[in-house]
Amino acid sequence: MSFKIVVLAKQVPDTHNVGADAMNPDGTVNRAALPVVFNPEDLKALEMALRVKDQLPDATVTVVTMGPPRAAEIVKDARNRGADDGVVLSDMRFAGADTLATSYALSQAVRQLGKVDLIFGGRQAIDGDTAQVGPQVAEKLEIPQVTYAEELIAVNTREITIRRRLEHGTECVKAQLPALVTVTSAGADCRFPNAHRMLRLAKEEVRMINADSIDADMERLGLKGSPTKVKKIENVVLAHKESVVLEPTEAALNELSATLIQEHIL
Amino acid sequence: MNNVLVYCELSEKNTIADISLELCTKGRQLATRLGCRLQAAVLGSQVKAAAESLYPYGVDDVFLADDPRLSPYRTLPHFDVLSKLIRKEQPQIVLFGASSVGRDLAPRIASSLRCGLTADCTQLEIGPHDDPKTGKHYEDVLMQIRPAFGGNIIATIVCPETRPQMATVREGVMKKEVFDPAHKGTIIPVAVEASLAAADQAVQILSREIEEQKIDIKGAQIIVAGGYGMGSKENFQLLHQFARLIGASVGATRAAVDAGFTEAERQIGQTGVTVRPKLYIACGISGAVQHRAGMEQSAKIISINTDPEAPINAIADYTIVGDVMTVIPQFMACYKNNLK
Repeated sequence: MSFKIVVLAKQVPDTHNVGADAMNPDGTVNRAALPVVFNPEDLKALEMALRVKDQLPDATVTVVTMGPPRAAEIVKDARNRGADDGVVLSDMRFAGADTLATSYALSQAVRQLGKVDLIFGGRQAIDGDTAQVGPQVAEKLEIPQVTYAEELIAVNTREITIRRRLEHGTECVKAQLPALVTVTSAGADCRFPNAHRMLRLAKEEVRMINADSIDADMERLGLKGSPTKVKKIENVVLAHKESVVLEPTEAALNELSATLIQEHIL
Repeated sequence: MNNVLVYCELSEKNTIADISLELCTKGRQLATRLGCRLQAAVLGSQVKAAAESLYPYGVDDVFLADDPRLSPYRTLPHFDVLSKLIRKEQPQIVLFGASSVGRDLAPRIASSLRCGLTADCTQLEIGPHDDPKTGKHYEDVLMQIRPAFGGNIIATIVCPETRPQMATVREGVMKKEVFDPAHKGTIIPVAVEASLAAADQAVQILSREIEEQKIDIKGAQIIVAGGYGMGSKENFQLLHQFARLIGASVGATRAAVDAGFTEAERQIGQTGVTVRPKLYIACGISGAVQHRAGMEQSAKIISINTDPEAPINAIADYTIVGDVMTVIPQFMACYKNNLK
């Protein structure tokens, strides 16, 4: 019997390498100027999925992502690293989705894949940091969730054992399958793309599907399906304090340290 | 009905976690503003005393689910009990800590109730909302305010059409304050048997390792924090020397943590800890809004930066324009001299 693993992944703006042109003069985000990357924790999730596949001979790994057509890049990357196949959910009708609408679309896409045994995803994406989509997909598919996973301890076709992060420590949990696991940045680094796979798969197209192919209630997609609305966006205006600017001279630093000691701050 | 509900987390000692007390303080303000009751949900084992400890924070009713299967926290038992409770009581607002528990539970609840959830809010207020598309007017909705995208903007999020309105808040962002030491509330027991029979099975905890918190900068009176501008892990050591000299704790920005300069526990900001020391010394920190969200309530701020235009300087009481690697040793020498 085959064992099906799904990895939920996202292509995200590389918020760690935001250049000066990342914002338009009017304060909106200049998406064109932002480089994109495979969301880092999703790569950790892919590695955990591949480790499960290493242990279960009949297992397959399918990447599911939602985004613009360009998101096919991360499916290709994942394939080169060892995933079997992948699909991009791309449709303007998904635009403006908050986490609830996103998790609905993803869960419907996963349903189209038939019986799925394990779902992995990063704990959160670096462009939003909400950590909501994983648990929401698990709820929609009515399967248990194991969040904040750091290490795969054991797996068989019926259950998975995971070490997961707590606020002050860790715990080992055993979950019955099917289950959804979200992986933190403490997970093992993803293996590199394999040169043979890159050559072999270079010409293989990535499957693109739209809202019509996931049997979805259109009212629950995109902006329409999103209960959270952005009321207001404000550019950050810093309230200027009366700031004393000091040159790093001995006299200035001496006076500052003396003042702070005198005021019982130091 | 339509009250404000706080989901309360328990500490390892089975007391109410600080984050939840902070949420009760905020929840009290919201409930008073809305003219409704502040309610809390406490799910655990032998937690009656913990539940009663909430009254001084202004909690009017505590929904108490007491069962060994609810401790330690596991997603499905808590999800089942809490989602049923919310369906029955129909609060207008539900608040969760943005902790490993709250961030595990809240999204699953929001998905089940098909309501909105805003993560990591830094401010919560009640106000009116006019929908620009439909022209509909809403009174008294929850304004969920958080920094967003790259930290250059502050977004106000509303969920006008769906209830409850749910938000998570990080520990330390809101202030914990006793509302009235004499305030008395009531305990409302919650029946759990039907929920737990099914939800108890799927996930088992095999073992738990609770770590003594090695690094805890939350309560520090003085913080020396380093950013990406520190340049390297080696240079970061200078901050530890500086901190030892002046009796401070060492903090960091996300950029410094991501670059591997120091431990994640030291991260200050929206996705790290929030601090309010009497002195905050920002070293090589440009001051993204997410970072400032975690430190701008410091009583005094000193910024040491080569860039006179760094955003952090705008909220600093003192800005020292210069290279951290030369300014800090100079400052340490001056400090030693002045102590004599």
